[in-house]
Amino acid sequence: MEGCVATELRLGLPGTDNVRNKKRPLQEADEECGANGKSHAQDETAPPAKAQIVGWPPIRSYRKKNIQAKKNDCEGPGIYIKVGMDGAPYLRKIDLKVYSGYPDLLQALENMFKFTIGKYSEREGYKGSDYAPTYEDKDGDWMLVGDDPWEMFITSCKRLRIMKGSEARGLGCG
Amino acid sequence: MPKRLAYSLPDEVLEHVFSFIQSDKDRNVVSAVCKSWYEIERWCRRKIFVGNCYAVSPKMVIRRFPQVRSIELKGKPHFADFNLVPDGWGGYVLPWITEMAGAYPWLDEIRLKRMVVTDESLELIAKSFKDFKVLVLASCEGFSTDGLAALAASCKNLRELDLRESEVDDSSVHWLSHFPETYTSMVSLNISCLGSGEVSFSALERLVSRCPNLRSLKLNRAVPLDKTANILRLAPQLVEFGTCTYSAELRSDVFSNLAGAFSNCKELRSLSGFWDVVPDYLPAIYSVCSRLTSLNLSYATIQSPDLIMLVSHCPSLQRLLVLDYIEDSGLEALASNCKDLQELRVFPSDPFDAEPNASLTEQGLVAVSLGCPKLQSVLYFCRRMSNAALVTIAQNRPNLTRFRLCIIEPNTADYLTGEPFDVGFGAIVEHCKDLIRLSLSGLLTDCVFEYIGKYAKKLEMLSVAFAGDSDLGLHHVLSGCESLRKLEIRDCPFGDKALLTNAAKLETMRSLWMSSCSVSFEACKLLSQKMPRLNVEVIDERGPPDSRPENCTVDKLYIYRSVAGPRFDMPPFVWTKDEDLALRLSP
Repeated sequence: MEGCVATELRLGLPGTDNVRNKKRPLQEADEECGANGKSHAQDETAPPAKAQIVGWPPIRSYRKKNIQAKKNDCEGPGIYIKVGMDGAPYLRKIDLKVYSGYPDLLQALENMFKFTIGKYSEREGYKGSDYAPTYEDKDGDWMLVGDDPWEMFITSCKRLRIMKGSEARGLGCG
Repeated sequence: MPKRLAYSLPDEVLEHVFSFIQSDKDRNVVSAVCKSWYEIERWCRRKIFVGNCYAVSPKMVIRRFPQVRSIELKGKPHFADFNLVPDGWGGYVLPWITEMAGAYPWLDEIRLKRMVVTDESLELIAKSFKDFKVLVLASCEGFSTDGLAALAASCKNLRELDLRESEVDDSSVHWLSHFPETYTSMVSLNISCLGSGEVSFSALERLVSRCPNLRSLKLNRAVPLDKTANILRLAPQLVEFGTCTYSAELRSDVFSNLAGAFSNCKELRSLSGFWDVVPDYLPAIYSVCSRLTSLNLSYATIQSPDLIMLVSHCPSLQRLLVLDYIEDSGLEALASNCKDLQELRVFPSDPFDAEPNASLTEQGLVAVSLGCPKLQSVLYFCRRMSNAALVTIAQNRPNLTRFRLCIIEPNTADYLTGEPFDVGFGAIVEHCKDLIRLSLSGLLTDCVFEYIGKYAKKLEMLSVAFAGDSDLGLHHVLSGCESLRKLEIRDCPFGDKALLTNAAKLETMRSLWMSSCSVSFEACKLLSQKMPRLNVEVIDERGPPDSRPENCTVDKLYIYRSVAGPRFDMPPFVWTKDEDLALRLSP
């Protein structure tokens, strides 16, 4: 093919060479490695940060999203839900994502509404106070906060309600 | 056969004979024997596969095959999976559904891949096909849970609803609840792609409990772990199960409930899902492991020791999808434990990081190629490779039919010798005589294409990226690969000459994709004029391709054979010769 350059069909201004580079260098990394094609792995120096090439490596968007989701579990949009307390004049809004777990959340609720929550146990719910934190889940049921693992809770919680008095004590049984 | 005998067979007899012929290829051959066989065959063809929805029009299909019951359509080119095809390019299914709604009232199966499916299309399906049974939407988009609700409400005999890897918008409707209480037909349900808001667990439980024929259930990640046990107890007859989210800490009651539920599932052969799985819960599935033939752990971020433990419990494994966390040591364990392995896919856990985060190299793949005699299909992402390893793999496994290697960094050379991988891939095509699919990567010259053209006679699909030196590379492939149907190329210095020299070849293939190569718009127009049964689409979002003299190569090129002529739904960024002519003629 070398001798056929003159008859190659191409469109270009006279005098310009339209033929692409033989290798497709990837920004500065290739210059670092030189033109002898030695692999990056053989270099002593760490490869510089590269701009991502569109569509490379060839991973489906579906899979990429899952990788991103794992990485951004801490970042990403918040989960904002309404919180109400029996007797309070208005509701509040909180972002569930900013809390690391139940203790963190409950502490924040105690601060927000100026009350104390009892101690949680699987058997008896929140023992030792007049209050019980409850939430409405995807199915529309009102559940006691703390039974489910945290990650599951924040995805299924639609709103929070701090129940008070006899209603709350009732929740502690069975 | 004497002529007399052939004419004496009544049509019904021939039709009965033809009913045993299922494959499209054989059916096509049968219809070419003579006019009467063509006629009989076309009336009794029940199943149609259209590999490119633009290769033929729905009216043409209906005209020739008036009594179809099952259709499979594919839309966008494969590289659409990697965001190389702009939104709005095409692949709309509505025109097909509209035509078939009138012509095929008894259509009961629709399988779509990479198509744009709207709620309107789904509603039309629900309304038009009284006995609708199977809907598979693979990597589709454009619809919401509203469309699913319409299907659930109307399709009394729906057996299969598979939304694998599709993008579904959440319209907040509880679509699962739209299956009436009288509906009991579900056999296969795959909703693994749905987001957290889109599945009501109680509706799902009720559905599962009233469908005794349910064999395959793939749940989405938002279904809680303790509910998994409930589902399994309601459906112990499951053969395939896609699990949902695993929880953060081990709770012994949840664990034993789950383990008990799994142990009831004597028919279970395939497991997938495993998002966010915590290793402590894995032993809950040990009771089913010995019977498992397929395991998809490619979303599970569990490390090598736990993976090795799991894999060593699965001696019957035929198919494994996993992340590179398995490492070489895990693959060595796989090679010694799983002698029935046929398919292996290893995905990168952190593809965009320059440094490897798992000790996975070419050694793992070599070990599997040596230890697993039935290995046929490989998809392997790694960061280093050697020609020696590739040659060993080729010699160990001449029975490979699909070999896709992705060395993550473009232009990476053999880490031992610094050479390109021409010899290594050359060995693959030379030894693996039944190879039908190949994906190349790493540093490659025109030589590898010479080997491919010379040896890969059964190759049907080839994917190439960042490879080759000149048009000769493309020419070798187009002139040598007799069975080639699909060729997709990106970032290679292939241009006009190879394309125009091999124009006739393109009509023997389904499609050719070339992006970021060296093809000029002139050549595209020439090709289009020369080959009227090829649609030559230039995809370029920068503007009219011939308005930029300083940058004369087209951005993306998609060429496919078609008997339907140019399509009518092209977006403004798709350019063909006809539009250009119109532009040139106007002042």
